[in-house]
Amino acid sequence: MMTDKMRKVLYHLYMGSFLFYLLVPLVIMSGAAFNNNKTPSVYPWKGFSWQWFIELWNDGTMWTSFGNTIWVALAVVALAVPLGTAGAILINSVTGMTRSVLYFFMVAPILAPGAVIGISTILFWNKLSVPVGLHLSVLGQVSYIAAFVMLLVLARLQSFDQNLEEAALDLGATHNQVLRRILLPHLYPAIGAGAAIAFFQSIENFNVTLFTRGTQNTLTVYVFSKVRSGITPSINALAFMLIALTLIAALVYELRRRRQAALEAAREEEGRRASDAEIA
Amino acid sequence: MGELLKRYGGTLTGAFILLTGFWLLMLIILPNLALFETSFRPYLPVVDMGGPLDTYSVNNYAKFFESPGPMSIFGLELSIPLRAQTFINTVFYSIIVTVVAFVFSYPIAFYLAKVVRPKSVPTLILLLFIPLWVSEALRAFAWYIILTLNGPLNAVLVGMGVLEKAVRWQQGVLTNYDAIVIGLVYNYILFMLFPIYNAMTSLDSNQIEAAQDLGAPAWKTHLRIVLPHSKPGIASGSVMVFMLAAGSLLVPTTLGSTRSNWFTQTIQQAMLESQDWNTGAAYSFLYLLLCTVVVFGVMRLFKVRLSDIAR
Repeated sequence: MMTDKMRKVLYHLYMGSFLFYLLVPLVIMSGAAFNNNKTPSVYPWKGFSWQWFIELWNDGTMWTSFGNTIWVALAVVALAVPLGTAGAILINSVTGMTRSVLYFFMVAPILAPGAVIGISTILFWNKLSVPVGLHLSVLGQVSYIAAFVMLLVLARLQSFDQNLEEAALDLGATHNQVLRRILLPHLYPAIGAGAAIAFFQSIENFNVTLFTRGTQNTLTVYVFSKVRSGITPSINALAFMLIALTLIAALVYELRRRRQAALEAAREEEGRRASDAEIA
Repeated sequence: MGELLKRYGGTLTGAFILLTGFWLLMLIILPNLALFETSFRPYLPVVDMGGPLDTYSVNNYAKFFESPGPMSIFGLELSIPLRAQTFINTVFYSIIVTVVAFVFSYPIAFYLAKVVRPKSVPTLILLLFIPLWVSEALRAFAWYIILTLNGPLNAVLVGMGVLEKAVRWQQGVLTNYDAIVIGLVYNYILFMLFPIYNAMTSLDSNQIEAAQDLGAPAWKTHLRIVLPHSKPGIASGSVMVFMLAAGSLLVPTTLGSTRSNWFTQTIQQAMLESQDWNTGAAYSFLYLLLCTVVVFGVMRLFKVRLSDIAR
């Protein structure tokens, strides 16, 4: 019979090894960025070197791909946020069958394979004589990324008090003012979160982009083509910098969260002491 | 709808409808119709397009059933068309990936929801999220480094005496798809973990304690209380992981060998290498059909709705 304590130790151990499993590949990948070896590897170790970072810095294709990635992501945000928000407002105002059908068409692309989204996008725009290129990558990505924005805004709309809008109208506000001064400010947190998710989803995207990009590169496609056609550790240098950036962001976030938690705890303590004093 | 008009007036309501209409029609419905239509037309040089040769047929779909080859399924030796073999393998190994991801992430979800001190949960979740912020291409590449013949995994296993000599993981050891399954599980396991964790957090811990007080062994508590309660999360995670795995092109291309074909690679070869968009469209449509069947099948099986999955 296992005691509770033993079970808990086992759980901690398992959690530890799970984190090890998730993070060690990233450590190995980063390590290979500093190995003075032509193929990316940490074993055997041939000495410390910065050369792969220099090679990455001088790689023009990488910089173009990087720029393209950012442009595509910004365009996706600019389109997905208004489309998703409008979709959420519309779907929130209808009920029954119409709602289910609209919801189905909006959400289904999240579950569709990216390759199929990419292919259907180029086939459709080809019929309208629009050539392939990153503009189609934007449209293909928006088709499913707008759904993430829609879901976030829709959830936020549930906590919206519609009486506020009625009050504003009664007091003589115009329709534009109702939207700008009452509804949108309530939705901003969801819209902001939606924009962030849209941005990162776009940066991550590979499947849709591969089929729609034509001959242009984004960062994920560039990494992919490098992995296929003889790779040098400059990709590891890129990976290392991305991981370092992630770690710094995570660390800042964690420190801020802890400070906030500590502040709240202190305030609660203060409040309890105050009420204790009152009773006494 | 009348509500919208009353609140925002004709212009704004019209704008909402226009925006949503653009999204649904131009980005979702019409492209899929174009896919469907293109898949029935022959692949022709530009001059013949719209000419007498340009007629609808199921020829593109017939290619799926061409060139049969031997394949053994659960010990049965069958003759199955090559592309259908790829299709079957993709589905089969995607299911394996889903099951493996579930088995490994379930204890973690339970640990986060019910075992560990609630105070450490945000830190742990942040740590778990780190791989997700590193792009998928790089996560696959990390395993490419680990699994190469002269890589660290072989070095460690040989050093510990587990293996006698280095093995070619990418060529497959147990099956041809070893490296792909390893890479897919690593890439997508968190999409299984977080939905299950979310579902478990809403479970009242008193229920677990009551079961224990009444003498239920741990496995029974899980089987009768925790598992049923996490069902929506499991359904959502399974659909997500299956779709991501089956739809992945990066991982199979990075980690696979010539002996392991993924169906997305078949589609890619038709589309980008042979430039035969019509056949590519037919394969894509078959794939879409498969995905729809899987999603609705799982929804039926677990009795959940689309809104439970897409969260």
